[in-house]
Amino acid sequence: MSTATLDRPDRAVRTYPAYSKPLWRRALLTREFAVIATVVAVVFYSNANVPNFDGPLTMYYLFLDIAPILLIALPMTMIIITGEIDLSVASVMGLSSALIGVLHADAGLSIPVAAVLAIAIGAVCGAFNGFLVAYVGLPSLAVTIGTLALYRGIAVGLLGTKAITDFPEEWTDLAKERIFGDGTSYPTILIPFVVLLVIFVWLLHFSAFGRGVYEIGLNDEAAHFSGVDVERTKLLLFVLSGAVSAFAGLYFTLRFGSARGDNANGLELQVIAAVLLGGVSIFGGRGALHGVIAGVVLIGVISSAMRLQGETVNVINIVIGALLVFSVIATTLLGWAQAFLAHRRAPAPRPGATP
Amino acid sequence: MKIRNRRVSALAAVTLVASLALTACGGDDSDSGDDSSGSSGGGGDATSVTFLPKNLGNPYFDTSSKGGKAAVDEFGGTFEEVGPDTASPDAQVQFINTAAQQGVNALVVSANDPEAICDALDEASSAGTKIVTFDSDTNPECRDLFINQATAEGIAKAQVDLIAEQIGDAGEVAILSAAANATNQNAWIEMMEADLKENHPDIKLVDTVYGDDDDQTSFDKTAALLQSHPDLKGIISPTTVGIAAAARYLSTSDFKGKVSLTGLGTPNQMREYVKDGTVTAFALWNPEDLGYLAAYAAKALVDGDISGEEGDTFEAGKLGEFTVDADATVLLGEPYVFNADNIDDFDF
Repeated sequence: MSTATLDRPDRAVRTYPAYSKPLWRRALLTREFAVIATVVAVVFYSNANVPNFDGPLTMYYLFLDIAPILLIALPMTMIIITGEIDLSVASVMGLSSALIGVLHADAGLSIPVAAVLAIAIGAVCGAFNGFLVAYVGLPSLAVTIGTLALYRGIAVGLLGTKAITDFPEEWTDLAKERIFGDGTSYPTILIPFVVLLVIFVWLLHFSAFGRGVYEIGLNDEAAHFSGVDVERTKLLLFVLSGAVSAFAGLYFTLRFGSARGDNANGLELQVIAAVLLGGVSIFGGRGALHGVIAGVVLIGVISSAMRLQGETVNVINIVIGALLVFSVIATTLLGWAQAFLAHRRAPAPRPGATP
Repeated sequence: MKIRNRRVSALAAVTLVASLALTACGGDDSDSGDDSSGSSGGGGDATSVTFLPKNLGNPYFDTSSKGGKAAVDEFGGTFEEVGPDTASPDAQVQFINTAAQQGVNALVVSANDPEAICDALDEASSAGTKIVTFDSDTNPECRDLFINQATAEGIAKAQVDLIAEQIGDAGEVAILSAAANATNQNAWIEMMEADLKENHPDIKLVDTVYGDDDDQTSFDKTAALLQSHPDLKGIISPTTVGIAAAARYLSTSDFKGKVSLTGLGTPNQMREYVKDGTVTAFALWNPEDLGYLAAYAAKALVDGDISGEEGDTFEAGKLGEFTVDADATVLLGEPYVFNADNIDDFDF
């Protein structure tokens, strides 16, 4: 259909511009850029006003803390853009953590083998979610709230009350190692994250698959009729989500040197909060990864700075919760304001159209 | 279908936002306001001591921090209390990291996991911070000193003796514990099991359930326990949150007076249940003294008066002199039994 439009002979004499706004306005006046600007502002403010924030350890610990959220936010962004949600990610992390512990301590497997198995099982967990959502047609909220309990239950069942802590030093150290040697701020976990980031950016923003993801979020029936395999896309996204969550579980286990069934309890809330804060619409169809990364970093920086200020966790939660509510409201208000202005500017055609 | 899905997603978003905002309202710790000087960290001459309990909003730790603050005020240091809102080790690590960044002189921790917070403690230690654990210990090599509230044997025996006395030394009992991984809880439960088997053959331990030190969870677990074991005669809850929630359930149910409840509780939480007959007696040490002792021990470590060697002695203000035992442990004393006669003498 689109090729037919392009082949029409009058395409060369198009009298309207390709975009309604110039490039700088499209790039800078966005929700994503607002979040990035806030991150920069908060970092500058904290550097100037928060004691010890400019210390060498701050960024290092910050990256260690937000790494699992950064990782899982990648597939979560795509899932939310399709208008679905995956609440089971933290439970998959817990399950992967418990599995690595059991496979390493009880079955005697080496860490890499146990990790590969755990990530495979994570992918299976995701595939189960995806199958129920995409092919059975159940709402993802109901499915993943069920598997949230299911996977967590299996994880706690596997290890019971004990925690497995005898992991080899070289692996637990690797999770905390700095890429550029002592004193630098970048832990090694950023390497797999950057690799995954490149893959996900390409997948979401530069591939046909990614266009399909947005289309599904805007209107899945239209997407279906324009040739997007809606079911397969959704299944694939949930599989990715499961695998990445299991990898985050591996990192979590090694960082704390402790495999427990209740590891990463409640992390799904932080992931989803960061994704929404980063400008992804919960209704699907809108959002971009640079905004989401900024959202994750923003939450991390604010918590870190406030902890250094000696604020209690309650105050930190209030600030982040309020920020999230504000960001959601701001989008809606902005939409109203724009519609209102557009209405004021061009009132003529509307009354004319009704009679 | 699609539209319904979107409404559901929107509902999820609203729930999420609300829960993030509302969890913040969970704990109301009025103490946090008056430690404004704490944020200056370890800069000055005053000894800076940071208390990191398992979680905030837990009256037990509010009391121990009160004792800690009193001690720090006595020796003129700066006191700060920080902590996560849920008792999980990964959340605690963030606060240990923060203390390392601030370079505080001493960190007083109640560990949510004996191993998981070790690396973070090591990093803080190499940054020059002295590590004191209290209430719940880490592996001995991860800290400089552990302040033991009472010996595990003493605590386990006190609770078993109380329940045996209350149910006539025969019948089914169950345990309502905190988190399944809590170091101290599991040690006590193990010893209670051994003590029951050895000295009270007619008492049968039928179940151990975990309320995660959460009031509502503990309340629900108590209800479930009484339903699944109709012949239950007694409940032991070795956690202050658990025993209060269980007492609240019992006091309004048909089981009041029929099922005995004992364990570790605080007088202020248990007062009304002791007075209305739901609970006859329960045990505890004084957490305020525990925090007080931990703060003085931290001070002694920072000043170099003690190094954690067995036989080291130090003065702990009004509590007198204490000696370091094997494994760098300091013992507070024996557990104390509270009942209707003496409960009004205490206010914590």
